[in-house]
Amino acid sequence: MAETIIFQSKPARPAPNRTEGLLPWIKLNLFGTWQSALSTVIIGALLVLYVPQFLNWAIFTSTTSTNADACRAAGVGACWGAVVEKYRLIIFGRYPFEEQWRPLVATLIMLTMLVVSCIRYFWSKWLVLGWTVTLAAYFILMYGSLFGYLDVFGLSKVTTDRWGGLPLTIMLSTLSIMLAFPLAVVVALGRRSHLPAIRSLCTVYVELIRGVPLISVLFMASFMFPLFMPQGVTIDTLLRVLVGITLFAAAYMAEVVRGGLQSLPKGQTEAAASIGLSYWQTQRKIILPQALATVIPGIMNNFISIFKDTSLVTIVSLYELTGSHGLAFNSDADWRPFKLEGYLFIVAIYFVFCFAMSRYSLWIEAQVNKSKLR
Amino acid sequence: MSTGTDNIIVFDKVNKWYGNSFHVLRDIDLQVRRGERIVICGPSGSGKSTLIRCINRLEEHQEGRLIVDGTELTDDVKAIDRIRKDVGMVFQQFNLFPHLTVLENLTLSPMYVGKVPKKEAEERAMTQLKRVRIAEQAEKYPLQLSGGQQQRVAIARALCLTPKIMLFDEPTSALDPEMIKEVLDVMVELANQGITMICVTHEMGFAKAVADRVIFMDQGQIVEQNTPHEFFNNPKTDRSKDFLSKILGH
Repeated sequence: MAETIIFQSKPARPAPNRTEGLLPWIKLNLFGTWQSALSTVIIGALLVLYVPQFLNWAIFTSTTSTNADACRAAGVGACWGAVVEKYRLIIFGRYPFEEQWRPLVATLIMLTMLVVSCIRYFWSKWLVLGWTVTLAAYFILMYGSLFGYLDVFGLSKVTTDRWGGLPLTIMLSTLSIMLAFPLAVVVALGRRSHLPAIRSLCTVYVELIRGVPLISVLFMASFMFPLFMPQGVTIDTLLRVLVGITLFAAAYMAEVVRGGLQSLPKGQTEAAASIGLSYWQTQRKIILPQALATVIPGIMNNFISIFKDTSLVTIVSLYELTGSHGLAFNSDADWRPFKLEGYLFIVAIYFVFCFAMSRYSLWIEAQVNKSKLR
Repeated sequence: MSTGTDNIIVFDKVNKWYGNSFHVLRDIDLQVRRGERIVICGPSGSGKSTLIRCINRLEEHQEGRLIVDGTELTDDVKAIDRIRKDVGMVFQQFNLFPHLTVLENLTLSPMYVGKVPKKEAEERAMTQLKRVRIAEQAEKYPLQLSGGQQQRVAIARALCLTPKIMLFDEPTSALDPEMIKEVLDVMVELANQGITMICVTHEMGFAKAVADRVIFMDQGQIVEQNTPHEFFNNPKTDRSKDFLSKILGH
């Protein structure tokens, strides 16, 4: 008989050092190596030096007084009163003061529709109808009628050169994004077409647009384009600028989309062909859903760029958010010294929108990548 | 060689080049009878895959005539569409659509090409999934399945069009060894049901079990064709003897 082996348990050992909790975290991440300790000290010193000063200026010694003289008094920091005094002008630009409820309602409708469109539950063909109604409502409210038609609401006419501020920023970026995205997809597909004419046309378009700055596109749209029009024919500046931004953004976006198309293995197209799908069915059902899913971060980059690039339309006298900030402060000697407070106000507005877009991009990435989870 | 309407595929002096220099198919003459099961083998680069990819026009031939089920393959897009509905294909790399569930992979073509209502397409898909014994995975995404399961889904997807011809392009070459059998079993079952099958493979056991004819290709030409028994026991050319000694050598 074999000898029985006696089991002996190993002596207990102390647990390894804690890696959770505040102190271990600080030790590991802030003072882990001498480089990390040094940078912690330098950054810490800078924060100690400047944060209290900023907080002092922005909060502790600031005032909300709407009296410019009170703001100029010694020892007073930020004058948020400037924002209180000017916010209507900053947000609505040159839109007639008594009528400013109209851009407010129009923009709220549009923002609601934007939020609704972002929610999966509402993704259906009803969105198209929803957007048609939203855009019609926006233009009727802003213009007074649907550019001459449907003039039945008794609203006074406000021409597009008076539109401004946040409503203009939001409308310009929303419409440019909505128009540029499908155009970008078509151009990206065109650049991979087997037909040489279509391929060259799309390549020339992309290269031409990428070769010039947005400012010059806007200048051309607003000042040069009318020179080529027949006498008596005028196209609204806002419309021309909208087309300009759209064409500009679409060229960049098309290249991002093309990157996504390149990333798909050839087998996907072949498999689709082998089961009899046509070219457009293949693109719509197989290629684009996968290609666009891989380039969501890049496309969202484009969207955020468009949103911020709308600030350049000031150059052709359309006073969107940044432009109306200029309107509010540049021509007012009393308040001009407090321009910075105004800037911080619009910075906060821009940030809220851009941050929301980038967070949404992360969410949508998680949604479309579900099929890749094992 | 038999002629007449019994032949579902006819290659008549088919030639193809890649670019200007690489002559990949050279004077291919081949008739495939309705219901025939053919295995094509040969060294890599011999043109096997190109040959079967011409049948559903994934590749274009440049000279000669290729007639599939009575329709000649030309630039006529409608004819190509019609032929693709009758020809199912299974690829080495499965080529399932990773963004769609297994069920959606199968219903896509019946719904959008065959205009079958969704419910009927799903019923048809489930029938095919049962046939390849994988019905319980219908709601999963392809990447959640093993290689063998994915390839069986790919076979089911091709079958959903109720094709007259099935093309297999090295269906087991990308699989782990222990998964090859489950795919071959499905293919054997299919072969016994009377569908026309052309299969590029080096699975000689499969060739012996089901093929009516083995075709050996080298350098873009059909070097030898014969029944599996004759081909394996009594190869006629030195090239096929050499090839067989290499793949059956141990």
